[in-house]
Amino acid sequence: MVAIVDYGVGNLFSLKSSLEAIGASAFVTSDEKEIKNADKIILPGVGAFGDAAEKLRSSGLGEVVVSEAKKGKPIMGICLGMQLLFDKSYEYGEHEGLGLIRGEIRPISEVIANDLKIPHIGWNALDFVGEKSRIFKYISNGDFVYFVHSYYGAQCDDVIATSEYSAPLTAAVESGNVFGCQFHPEKSGNVGLNILRAFCEL
Amino acid sequence: MITKRIIPCLDVKNGRVVKGVNFLGLSDVSSPVELAKFYSDNGADELVFYDITASAEGRALFTDILCEVARTIFIPLTVGGGINTVDDFDRVLKCGADKVSVNSGAIRNPDLIYQAAKLYGDQCVVISADVKRVDGVFRVFAKGGRENTGMEAIEWIKRCVNNGAGEVVLNSIDTDGVKGGFDLEMLDAVCNAVNVPVIASGGAGCKEDFVTLFKTLPKVDAGLAASIFHFGEVSISDLKDTLANNNIPVRR
Repeated sequence: MVAIVDYGVGNLFSLKSSLEAIGASAFVTSDEKEIKNADKIILPGVGAFGDAAEKLRSSGLGEVVVSEAKKGKPIMGICLGMQLLFDKSYEYGEHEGLGLIRGEIRPISEVIANDLKIPHIGWNALDFVGEKSRIFKYISNGDFVYFVHSYYGAQCDDVIATSEYSAPLTAAVESGNVFGCQFHPEKSGNVGLNILRAFCEL
Repeated sequence: MITKRIIPCLDVKNGRVVKGVNFLGLSDVSSPVELAKFYSDNGADELVFYDITASAEGRALFTDILCEVARTIFIPLTVGGGINTVDDFDRVLKCGADKVSVNSGAIRNPDLIYQAAKLYGDQCVVISADVKRVDGVFRVFAKGGRENTGMEAIEWIKRCVNNGAGEVVLNSIDTDGVKGGFDLEMLDAVCNAVNVPVIASGGAGCKEDFVTLFKTLPKVDAGLAASIFHFGEVSISDLKDTLANNNIPVRR
């Protein structure tokens, strides 16, 4: 059972559908007990970091995710959900994240060429970093995934893939049982489904 | 490196896909769900659904179909047609749409883009502009290309982007349905005016039209077309092979 954490940001229909499409049983929940009973947790999210971090804090769900992660349960953050796993973000001010991944979220404008468009939006290739991650079991280096973001994971030693946008931007991270994808696996066709499949099989 | 996107557009009326030539003379093509799956399986980078239904029943049917499409395929979906309020955004986003495109709704209520972008983010809001030359000036048309608003198109598009539109679909009424190639002059003017992704629409007749588009205007992010894909004149995988052979980055 995969719990998709609903803390009031974004639409979770596609994510749930994509998990069902690979035969995983997934449910959307904001219930602490249900999240604790699930085998795996997905932390989704779109929108601004500060607002989302505040919702995670005030609902208490951030704390649940952190304690489950520390027990060793596989966790995956997607898009803003990945960013929230980091220590902190500099999106409109300075905000604290969940601290499950060492590093910080910074604007891509600091590292990309200034004639490139922001957000980084569209299909880009994954460049694996280091040993091939378990969540990439069913995909290949160079496969394409779908991105929409203006901030990225910086100063991070847990990067398992980057995508080139005049600079290598953090595309995915892994630290023990905690995973994060900056791109949207639920919108990345078969490549994305295969990443979710590998995660669900952990 | 970000790839150039190839986007089939599905005009949906009363639950079926139709395609007009110069917006007139619609003919039934296929089932939206089947067509969406076909395109997704064959390399489409994104799909656009335009709801051209007028009735409330048709709109409810469209929403049901959208949910079914979003359950079936896992690439980005953009929805347009009949988007007049923030509630309309909410309705289609809940069905699995990723982006919502506004046209006449934004012309009637220029505040709509700002309100929607604030709620759902810039990346979610697409301004779709139907533009036609009138006495040598680019003018914005409303109501499916039937009504000249009198507004100058480039200024209008700039205003929409400043209000929070994260992407522009430029549909040239002058080249739409003619199959003589995209409207490079009009696209160039828009690309020079905004710094958000620009999607070219209207005029694709063959693979070479896409090569010319991306070679001539490297700032264009995507090419959108309907009938040449629906009627099998151009297959997306063939098109992508041709683009790749011309050193244009595509997802394959």
